[in-house]
Amino acid sequence: MILSIVHRATGVALYFGTLLLAWWLIAAASGPSAYSYVQGFMGSFLGRLIVFGYTWALLHHLLSGIRHFVWDLGYGFKPNERETLTWGALIGGISLTVLVWIVAYAVGGGR
Amino acid sequence: MSNARAKSMRTPLGRVRNLGAAHSGTGDFWRQRITAVAMTLLIVPVVVVVIMLLGRNQAGAAQILGSLPIALIMLLFVVASCWHMKIGMQVIIEDYVHTESLKLIAIMANNFFAVTVAIASIYALIKLSTGV
Repeated sequence: MILSIVHRATGVALYFGTLLLAWWLIAAASGPSAYSYVQGFMGSFLGRLIVFGYTWALLHHLLSGIRHFVWDLGYGFKPNERETLTWGALIGGISLTVLVWIVAYAVGGGR
Repeated sequence: MSNARAKSMRTPLGRVRNLGAAHSGTGDFWRQRITAVAMTLLIVPVVVVVIMLLGRNQAGAAQILGSLPIALIMLLFVVASCWHMKIGMQVIIEDYVHTESLKLIAIMANNFFAVTVAIASIYALIKLSTGV
């Protein structure tokens, strides 16, 4: 039940998080100084924390949304199925976030 | 004969068909799903693009973002996400804001925000692709 409001809350977080994506694209289009400013912010401890939170919100909302697709199609309404879908979204979201960050550090960390 | 029947030739069923409880149709419900499916398909390419850009300077990032397939992936993702978040936020506003004037202002602000973020991102991507 609590996951329903988490879906909504991550949606709201992503709503404002889109500003990060827009800021980053605009900086890339603007020039080196604007881009290095964004990189400086995203690379700071606070920046990394925000981007990590954004990654989790995105992936959790994605998996939680797939859960809604299953329900939209008329499946997964039995109590045990609901539990499985909900725990799957929760655990899957956290696991995928950690996985993406490991890959990001492995690939991008050396550059 | 009831009043409603006197005003209109339409049957009660015809009046409510395809409208649902909100009395304004299922268009947004459907678009919310379409954009969600689009982003589900785009999420892996988008994450790959972001990881490709990590640790690069502006020149490197601009070169990658300026390539056609990557610009297309990002454009589609920006359009789908801004549309999706506009609909989602409108649902939240309609759920929690019950003062009519405040609701109107909130829905307008929501539209302005979503369109501004979308247009700004699209403009940046086009600028990166054309190099102007």
